[in-house]
Amino acid sequence: MHTNKSLGGIAFTAANYGFLLLVSVACLLPLVHVFAVSLSSSTAASAGLVGIWPVEATLASYDYILHKPEFLRAFGVSLERAALGFALNMTLTVLCAYPLSKQTKDFRLRTAYAWYFVATILFSGGLIPWFLTINATGLVDTVWGLVVPGAVPVFNVILMLNFFRGLPGEIEESAFMDGAGYFTVLWRIVVPLSMPVIATVALFTLVGHWNAWFDGLILMNFPEKYPLSTYLQLMVINSNPLALSGLSLSELSEISQRTTRAAQIFVGALPILLVYPFLQRFFVKGIVLGSVKA
Amino acid sequence: MKAMKALRELPLHLMLLPGALIVFVYCYVPMVGVTIAFQQFVPVKGLFGSEWIGLDNFRYVLNMPDIGRVVWNTLFISVMKIVAGLTVPIAIAILLNEVRLQFFKKTFQTLVYLPHFLSWIIISGILIDILSPSEGVVNRIVQALGGRSVFFLGDNGWFPFTLVASDVWKEFGFSTIVYLAAITGINPSLYEAAVMDGAGRWKQMRHVTLPGMLPVIVLLATLSLGNVLNAGFEQVFNLYSPSVYESGDILDTLIYRIGILDAQFGVATAIGLLKSFVSLILISLSYFLAYRLANYRIF
Repeated sequence: MHTNKSLGGIAFTAANYGFLLLVSVACLLPLVHVFAVSLSSSTAASAGLVGIWPVEATLASYDYILHKPEFLRAFGVSLERAALGFALNMTLTVLCAYPLSKQTKDFRLRTAYAWYFVATILFSGGLIPWFLTINATGLVDTVWGLVVPGAVPVFNVILMLNFFRGLPGEIEESAFMDGAGYFTVLWRIVVPLSMPVIATVALFTLVGHWNAWFDGLILMNFPEKYPLSTYLQLMVINSNPLALSGLSLSELSEISQRTTRAAQIFVGALPILLVYPFLQRFFVKGIVLGSVKA
Repeated sequence: MKAMKALRELPLHLMLLPGALIVFVYCYVPMVGVTIAFQQFVPVKGLFGSEWIGLDNFRYVLNMPDIGRVVWNTLFISVMKIVAGLTVPIAIAILLNEVRLQFFKKTFQTLVYLPHFLSWIIISGILIDILSPSEGVVNRIVQALGGRSVFFLGDNGWFPFTLVASDVWKEFGFSTIVYLAAITGINPSLYEAAVMDGAGRWKQMRHVTLPGMLPVIVLLATLSLGNVLNAGFEQVFNLYSPSVYESGDILDTLIYRIGILDAQFGVATAIGLLKSFVSLILISLSYFLAYRLANYRIF
């Protein structure tokens, strides 16, 4: 359809490919550079000799951070948080999305419930009341504080309920005829048919928990309870004078180490880089579905 | 019959119960907690024991010397982000649509939406490293080209634009997906007809592709209206420093400093309440417009 064999057309095609190639390289170069820095000797790094290839290649930075108890502990907190948060988020997202996907004739309070959840997108109490509520329920300084308050991600619920609504109703109907209840139908029929949206929401949930850092900063009073993202915020960004006072001397001195910073950034991003190729083929479908359904 | 129906719906209520309870405690209770904004709140006295001071906190906020600048920074940064966040992905999607090699198209997409999944901690760590005036690779390139080292994150003239550029860098690939899907949905016979009428590539783009994307563009533009007061807390918080408060301090960072660092709970909640209130109006308006203009419904 776009056939255009003129000279201008060929020139445009070439320029277009070139430009897009440049854009994708620009997207990746910063990551590659930091990776190269993390693998270089610290003298080479501070002398500014590193480009996209390690100079005086060494694994010293990785060796150092992987033997650092604070880093490993934070990594562990993040794993625990991601596992608990994932289980809770996925269960509640499915359980909330299914009833809300019903029509009003089958579930009379459906619209009322839907507004009950959507209202939380429209208005929120803000930072201080949020914190005080979590404090009052005793979740400060526990891993549950990072998991329970956000246990119902309303956007994901909406994404999923819209997918559920698109499923053919006849399959469910025949199961009801055979005497199956709502729970059975949800678990045996709806969930297996909804793998694309479940994979999408699973990716969002895992990435969200791995990346979350602000709740850790606010809810944890001791750096040794920080999840990895919050710990990295402290070590790599260190814009928070309050929390820095909780660090040991050796940690404070290493903040200035560029290669160590780079290695920590890279290890922090690693889980995302690892799951990304496997899950990314699912979510294009999921996103398009959620944002521009007709 | 009615009782039968209620019994039949019971499992659906049970499914919603745990989620509804958690939302009640952690979303609705804090909404009641905004009454702190009208109190001289002291944590040990609690919500019911603290002294009521009417609108004093709001008066204090409106008289803060920095508040006008913070509101301006918030609006300036967020509007620039919205504009850039709409135009860049649209342009990239159109260009990508001209690419015939499926392999190139796929690889391009996979590479460019990767940054979306990295947190602002990771991205900020990278930016702080590469933008550093002394050892950053960007400034080494600038110097090699004969320019003078630029303090992107410490100079008030540069800081807001660094924010916008890095935000676009992180998010454009992800936004491109939606526009590309919109283009894919355009009826191919429209292109055939355009070719019949002698339309070249440029004219096809101008008269078929763009109009075909318009509903999605309108939809996303109206929905972004709800974000006008969100200039991006996670990004700003991890990139700013006192030397760029003048150009980079936004409402959310101000709330954080007043509320968490200075422990002025009442004042911070007052700013938060004003922000939530205006946002409520903006989001409602954006949903209403999206419904009228693009027939969009949330659920």
